[in-house]
Amino acid sequence: MSRAALLVLADGRFPAGGHAHSGGAEPAVAAGRIKDAATLERFCRGRLHTAGLVAAALAAAAAAGCDPLLLDDAADARTPVPALRQVARRLGRQMMRAARATWPDPALDALAAARPRGAHQPVVLGLAARSAGLAPLDAAYAVAYESISGPATATVRLLSLDPFDATAVLAHLAADVDLVARQAAAAAERVATEGIDALPAASAPLLDITAQAHAAWPVRLFAS
Amino acid sequence: MHLDHKDTFPERYTYSAAAPVRPDGTRRALRIGLGGPVGTGKTATVAALCRALRDELSIAVVTNDIYTREDAEFLLREAVLPPERISAVETGACPHTAIRDDISANLEAVEDLEAAVGAEGNGPLDLVLVESGGDNLTATFSKGLVDAQIFVIDVAGGDDIPRKGGPGVTSADLLVINKTDLAPYVGVDLEGMARDAKAQRGELPVAFTALKAENGVRPVADWVRARLAEWTVGPA
Amino acid sequence: MTLALPPRAVRPPAPAPPSAGLHATARIVARADAAGATRLPVLDGDGPLALRRIRAGAGQARVCVVSAMSAPLGGDRLALEATAEAGTALHVTAAAATVALPGRTGETATYDVRLTVGEGARLDWLPEPLISARGSDLRMTTTVELAPTARLVLREEQVLGRSGEETGALRSRLIVRRAGRTLLDQETAYGPGGPGWDTSAVLDGNRALGQLLVVGPEFEDGPAEVRLLGGAPEGQPGDGPGQGVLAPLAGPGALATAVAPDALRLRRLLDEAARAVTG
Repeated sequence: MSRAALLVLADGRFPAGGHAHSGGAEPAVAAGRIKDAATLERFCRGRLHTAGLVAAALAAAAAAGCDPLLLDDAADARTPVPALRQVARRLGRQMMRAARATWPDPALDALAAARPRGAHQPVVLGLAARSAGLAPLDAAYAVAYESISGPATATVRLLSLDPFDATAVLAHLAADVDLVARQAAAAAERVATEGIDALPAASAPLLDITAQAHAAWPVRLFAS
Repeated sequence: MHLDHKDTFPERYTYSAAAPVRPDGTRRALRIGLGGPVGTGKTATVAALCRALRDELSIAVVTNDIYTREDAEFLLREAVLPPERISAVETGACPHTAIRDDISANLEAVEDLEAAVGAEGNGPLDLVLVESGGDNLTATFSKGLVDAQIFVIDVAGGDDIPRKGGPGVTSADLLVINKTDLAPYVGVDLEGMARDAKAQRGELPVAFTALKAENGVRPVADWVRARLAEWTVGPA
Repeated sequence: MTLALPPRAVRPPAPAPPSAGLHATARIVARADAAGATRLPVLDGDGPLALRRIRAGAGQARVCVVSAMSAPLGGDRLALEATAEAGTALHVTAAAATVALPGRTGETATYDVRLTVGEGARLDWLPEPLISARGSDLRMTTTVELAPTARLVLREEQVLGRSGEETGALRSRLIVRRAGRTLLDQETAYGPGGPGWDTSAVLDGNRALGQLLVVGPEFEDGPAEVRLLGGAPEGQPGDGPGQGVLAPLAGPGALATAVAPDALRLRRLLDEAARAVTG
């Protein structure tokens, strides 16, 4: 196993489309819920322990070899608003393109053929991690970290927040990322014996509500 | 049953512009990028190109906007192409990232347009124009996204831009210097601009345009025709 | 040389302590008679879960859940099972809100709701809110099994703390399966011990949240239209009228999700969704 592959996969410059998405930060900034580093940190902590945990567990399960189509259905059931399902599939398709060029693998080809419009992004990322020789916990780390680095980077652009402060927020949340990644990997491990229901389904009502509202904004900087 | 997407699409996923053929073995559409600073007339050039070429070629446009889809909406309002031939890529406030560093969304938009236009039964696309949102002088397109790129500047931006250079000015396959009709009003020396451009670009071509004039886009349209002729006879 | 080892206190692993609370399972079965009317051959209350039949219109049976005492208390193990067999229409409401209260031992209470809806049957499951009182610790599960032609209207409301009170710990999972596939799986975890819940990504100071789920074969022909609920101006944490969204699921159903400062304003949002989705 090459740990360096995790750095490649988790790099914010990995060309899989993430730069155009704010992870809910754009509507939160507009509503005044994010206005500085402290409020960014609270927002990120909430997203990490809800949407981040669910996504990390899906990725860990895919990296562990669970059927990606079952995981894709599980992701649908855990994503109640169409705006976020569409975003997850669009980003999944972009991740698939990058992953197939980076770590070619028949398993990626098979999922791409079965979901030509894109599978949910964490499922694709988990499968890409598996193709790169990474462990389920690695995949969980990549997704958990991405669930907060996306909003933090977007907030730097949206609020002209000091980038040092934004990066410090990510560092403050390191212990939370550790916790969520471990929870996610542990849940993924239980899927073999307990079935898909072992995966977490933590919901964040405001992320769902505001994502669907944001999708209808006529003018916005970020796709989501 | 899945209600989010009842329609099925062929699996496409070419990695990049490096693959010149479609899955069926035919040569895919030529992809030309248009970049340049804000307000120089990129969208107007795209609109004029569509009007000049749409009767002879099957064309589609991808826009990369800063705010969602403003350029796409302009093209729709101007009705230069039917709506199904225009696609807007959202760039998270960074068009240069979407056309150079992470081209995944643009590649998907291009492929979806090829699929959508093909599905209409109008035959395959000949030409896809990929327009970047107004950015700075360093913004260039990835070779993974486009086959050739046009950089659009204008005389109102000052006659020192060709001299200053930058990747767009020096390396674009075609440099367009637009709004030549304004030269007398802004005190710009067109011959000096041409000399500076030549110094920066060597043999690479430069086109002076005044889009407001009748057939003002013609030098650009002719250049596109020539690129397309080369592309079509390339190896399948 | 021998080391003097201290005598090892050998203790067998502690058996799961017998729950100090009460165990109760109430059951409702709705069955169609020869004439097609819905009967209730099983209507068994248990412990704090008393069931009362209500007069209903033709073809439908109505049941009201009447809490005979304060429940669930810490340590209680409560379950409520309702089955609407093929071709029936069952409508279940509650007389009052359910309040989760702390028990004497600080043990977790559980409340499991299991709903089954057969072919061509319809279940309206419209209880009153669940209120998490300070110091309480409740794990609730709601599991729904739907036949392919079943219809369901399900409302779920949670209120974090009685008026002016901190919330207890409340973890609730809703799993809805239709024709063997999972249509919806949502878990909420609020209160002490739950990380991240009291943040601007999740509740932003709101203390009431709820869902209204409508499932039925009619959504296969056309998914529900997206509708933002409340039409509230943003940026009024904890004091605005609340906000929500009604949106189609990936399968044939629609879900309204809403948050509000209190139960009253939450119900307004869910009622707006109910009107929108049922026409």
